[in-house]
Amino acid sequence: MNVTETPAESSVGEAPGEPAAADSAERVRRRGDDSAVLRMSDTEAAEIGGDPRTPDHDQRVLLNMGPSHPSTHGVLRLMLELEGETVLRSKPVVGYLHTGMEKQGEQLSYLQGCTNVTRMDYASPLFTELAFSLATEKLLEIEIPERATWIRMLMCEFNRLASHFLFMASNGMDLGAVGMMIYGWREREEILRFFEKVTGLRMNHNYIRPGGVAADLPDGWQYDVARLLEIIPPRLEEYDKLMTGQPIWRARLQGVGAMAPEEAVALSATGPLLRSTGVAVDLRRDEPYLAYDRVEFDVIVGTYGDSYDRYAIRLNEIRESIRILHQILDMMPPGDYRVQDKKITPPPRARIDESMEALIHHFKIFTEGYKVPAGEVYAAVESPRGELGVYMVSDGSSHPYRMHVRSPSFINLQCLPHLMQYGLIADGVAIISSVDPIMGEVDR
Amino acid sequence: MSGQPDEAEPDGGDDVVSRPESLTRYGAPLTHSHGQVVIHPTRDTWLEVAESARVEGFDHLTDITAVDFLTYEAGRDLPDGVEPERFEVVATLSSMASRERIRMRVQVPEDDPTLPSLFDVWPGSETPEREVYDMFGVVFVDHPDMCRILMPDDWVGHPLRKDFAIGRIPVQFKDEGMRR
Repeated sequence: MNVTETPAESSVGEAPGEPAAADSAERVRRRGDDSAVLRMSDTEAAEIGGDPRTPDHDQRVLLNMGPSHPSTHGVLRLMLELEGETVLRSKPVVGYLHTGMEKQGEQLSYLQGCTNVTRMDYASPLFTELAFSLATEKLLEIEIPERATWIRMLMCEFNRLASHFLFMASNGMDLGAVGMMIYGWREREEILRFFEKVTGLRMNHNYIRPGGVAADLPDGWQYDVARLLEIIPPRLEEYDKLMTGQPIWRARLQGVGAMAPEEAVALSATGPLLRSTGVAVDLRRDEPYLAYDRVEFDVIVGTYGDSYDRYAIRLNEIRESIRILHQILDMMPPGDYRVQDKKITPPPRARIDESMEALIHHFKIFTEGYKVPAGEVYAAVESPRGELGVYMVSDGSSHPYRMHVRSPSFINLQCLPHLMQYGLIADGVAIISSVDPIMGEVDR
Repeated sequence: MSGQPDEAEPDGGDDVVSRPESLTRYGAPLTHSHGQVVIHPTRDTWLEVAESARVEGFDHLTDITAVDFLTYEAGRDLPDGVEPERFEVVATLSSMASRERIRMRVQVPEDDPTLPSLFDVWPGSETPEREVYDMFGVVFVDHPDMCRILMPDDWVGHPLRKDFAIGRIPVQFKDEGMRR
């Protein structure tokens, strides 16, 4: 860790502690030294810290947290300006996992694209596949079969469970409830086992593809789903016992990292981070994609916008997803699992042996890909972390001309300095955890 | 997608694009793309249009990105009066109250890739604008912290530009010079 000190001349107006309550959205609009965001490059920080001639330095310390700190969920680095244990300003430094996936997306055909985007948010890969597929389907102007729609919903809701269980595990561990780590992984493992049965893989499934899904549900899937829906609710009761009602848990989270709804909206936050402030926005309800307008569920919102609300929202979203899954189990229609369009869907393996046309189609789809009409479109889905959108520009060829992913973690991360300001550094750990960033998606 | 009521959706844009002069919003030409509303402000009206959109209720800046049209061979779908340029910065806005969406697309020329920053309108533009600068080299004027975000500070070039080559490391299966 780098420990440096800032000179007195960059003195900030306010002392640690809550500033006088002004217009709440005004706080996030500040540009100068009174902003919560430490707008300073590494070079500047090193210059300030490395100058031994600064005569009267105050108690302010610049401290690097991460990029491989256990509480930063991968490779997030935070530059913190501390006074004692109080965080004054901070800056999330990202990019350590940047692998140019948007550039890569331009080299891959639409069929290969899902293999690429599924690696962005590795805790909920099906959502990126879904957003990518929805955008492609909008450009192609195709309707997918009803069963494919419901299979997508089934898999996505299970993925939301898996992702929220991962949050429960890591959030518990970050706060010292180390046993929670085991319980969260246990539940997630049950779901990943189901995923493995359906898609063949535990993560990075490449299962949802433009035109439908890769394979139909296996025989007896109803029993697996019913079993999962039976074992998960009692385990949530265990979570309540272990965490929700515990005084230590509450003391650790309540009032920590609070945010006003105006601030969250101004900072473009989405997902549980926005809903914790009381703004009831959920794309599943507000702009229903797939068949979400045919299932019943509630949008969970918080009141105080603190870390505890974000924990409670996710816990209750698990319950709502289970409610949705029960309805999906009852309403799953029969039919095709992918669109029967020879230009988009590869022929079944058996057909290739007997039909020359099938062989040609298969060859064409996998070498050249299918052409998508020129145009531009934005498709968004509600991922466990917020609004996940894909903005796609096509030039009429078989590769996207531009494929941009609006990743919720990346945008939500800019709320972090505002959540952490004037809090303790130990609370910072709780706040990072409650924002639940997935760095693969932040850096892409 | 299926079973979704879209009677209220203005249907996709062929007839609309053919008479773009009749449709404007906030003084900018308006088109439709696959049922989504798109407005085309210029660089001079970018801030003004953004501010009036915010006042009208588009309080959430959902996304900012850009497209480099250097090698785009299909026709550009721009309304009359909008000159195509190399870069296009795209901002997606949503309204928390009415749940409407609108997309702003502005043309940014290659020889002067600058655009006023939306920070004062929506402070949430800070990191996406840094990403656009990092990836495309479009400089946002009056941005509080205009620096790279994903690439290292000393990186040369802007990776998502179409003339930025994708680096490939040749796979060496056998190297005579290397021991072991």
